[in-house]
Amino acid sequence: MEKFVKTSSKNVRWKASAVKWIVLILFYAIIQVLISTYIINDYIFSTFVTVCINIILAVSLNLITGFTGQFSLGHAGFMSIGAYTCALITLRYSTQFGFIGGLLLGAVLAAIVGIFVGLPTLRLKGDYLAIATLGMAEIIKILFRNVLEDITNGAAGLSGIPQFVNWTWLFIFTAGTVALISNFINSSHGRACISVREDEIAAEAMGINSTKYKVMAFVTGAFFAGIAGAIYSSYFYFISPDLFGFMKSIDILVIVVLGGMGSISGSVLSAIVLALISTYLQSFPELRMVIYGVLLILIMLFRPQGIMGSRELSLSDMKKWVQGIRRKNGGIA
Amino acid sequence: MPILTVNKLTKSFGGLMAVSNVNMELEQGELVGLIGPNGAGKTTVFNLLTGIYPPTSGYITLYRNKKEEHIQGLKPYVICEKGIARTFQNIRLFKDLTVLDNVRIAMNKNSGYGLFSSFFHITRSYKNYEKEILEKSIELLRILKLDHKKDELAKNLPYGEQRQLEIIRALATNPCILLLDEPAAGMNPAETAQLTEMIGWIRENFKLTILLIEHDMSLVMKICERIYVLDYGMVIAEGTPDEIKSNKRVIEAYLGEEMGNA
Repeated sequence: MEKFVKTSSKNVRWKASAVKWIVLILFYAIIQVLISTYIINDYIFSTFVTVCINIILAVSLNLITGFTGQFSLGHAGFMSIGAYTCALITLRYSTQFGFIGGLLLGAVLAAIVGIFVGLPTLRLKGDYLAIATLGMAEIIKILFRNVLEDITNGAAGLSGIPQFVNWTWLFIFTAGTVALISNFINSSHGRACISVREDEIAAEAMGINSTKYKVMAFVTGAFFAGIAGAIYSSYFYFISPDLFGFMKSIDILVIVVLGGMGSISGSVLSAIVLALISTYLQSFPELRMVIYGVLLILIMLFRPQGIMGSRELSLSDMKKWVQGIRRKNGGIA
Repeated sequence: MPILTVNKLTKSFGGLMAVSNVNMELEQGELVGLIGPNGAGKTTVFNLLTGIYPPTSGYITLYRNKKEEHIQGLKPYVICEKGIARTFQNIRLFKDLTVLDNVRIAMNKNSGYGLFSSFFHITRSYKNYEKEILEKSIELLRILKLDHKKDELAKNLPYGEQRQLEIIRALATNPCILLLDEPAAGMNPAETAQLTEMIGWIRENFKLTILLIEHDMSLVMKICERIYVLDYGMVIAEGTPDEIKSNKRVIEAYLGEEMGNA
């Protein structure tokens, strides 16, 4: 009997991961077909790119803020490191190889800066940490604007960055980020990070080195933010220091809070929902930000824990949900 | 043979001496009580022993594996790795996590795999370690009779089971000394009796040395072999339960001087 249970649970797991792969590959293929038949035009595709970049940013910030409980307002800073590194490298070596090299180097540099920023500041808690990370992001911005002016072209920014981002790269990096970070959350390191959020004193008393795990989450988040920045610079031709200011960090935080702190699928969903809302609102340019703001307030009023709370979207949950709807409809009929 | 000695341990917060010149000794396998009126400094002693505060002065010495080492002022997670685990007076579970995850986190100590494996769940070390930790956690929950609730969130457990889970979580760190901070607080007599039995059982089966703070005298007098009494941060008495019961200074501390004299 026990053996049967074991094999059947293995079967279920195998099935679930197979379903995931098939859905992913199908999704990739369908979009690819739509792009090559020009049903998805450049305008729609650029929205796609924004959504994917926001997903990477939100999921990586969620690791820091939602799962490890460290309130960071400096995510745009890490993003800018990735963006500038990748842009500078592809401007010199305009090849696919240069792009991937620049992207990875940008991510690694962002992670290294994350270590140096994280080690001293992660001793701080809550709002103090938020202010410190905010200061860090401003310093990085000023560095790109004034100190490194010779290389970065200062406030005027870099333009004419070669475009290497296509649907394939975009898909690989977005799906990869989501997969890697959710793997991390479901490992012993991830559980340690969550325990720091839940109760730092208790976690320490249970043998968890809280500083180590906070820095680990912070650096991992910085790494993926670097990737997002690199994709941004390589798709949108142009970057300048002001693109990566305080407001950008806030935008990312809004996505995370709206999706649910501590829910990866929530971050993905809310990145998509917010992009849809703001695209739709482009037909009312004068009232766009007002309506956007009102919508945010409404969502927070009626669902303060975010779209998903700290739950994840799972196949079995979806099945239950569908069954529930069917039952309801059946009852009515 | 002592397993832990405390020597002239002192902690002052500004001008307040929370703990002053405390000397204690725990023998291997003993069950020792630490009692005293409210605000006597019992929990501060625990916090010093587990590294939550560094002491102002004094030594804490741990004898393990035929080595003696000073552990005062070390970080809490280091002290936990050395084999001292604790529970908290005001339950500090990881509330939004499942019972199973609470236990698994405590087993983390030496994560059996690196960062790479945690990103890519494909290495053998990841699979083996996760399987081992899962089996061990369920086994621990099973022998302490909480395995039927392993998928429930910790905050949804009834109060008594939350206390029980905190003890299980402490055991998951594989300690040699267990510090229990008021394990029976808020429990009804039936739950207290159950807990008393559980503590005795744990000590036998896990070969632990236990130090416990408790206000419930029925529990303390029943299971403790020795008792330290703390008042105003100082040890005012030490001895077997019978000695403590009749100790004049203890009665004074608890009931006030005049009552004691009367």
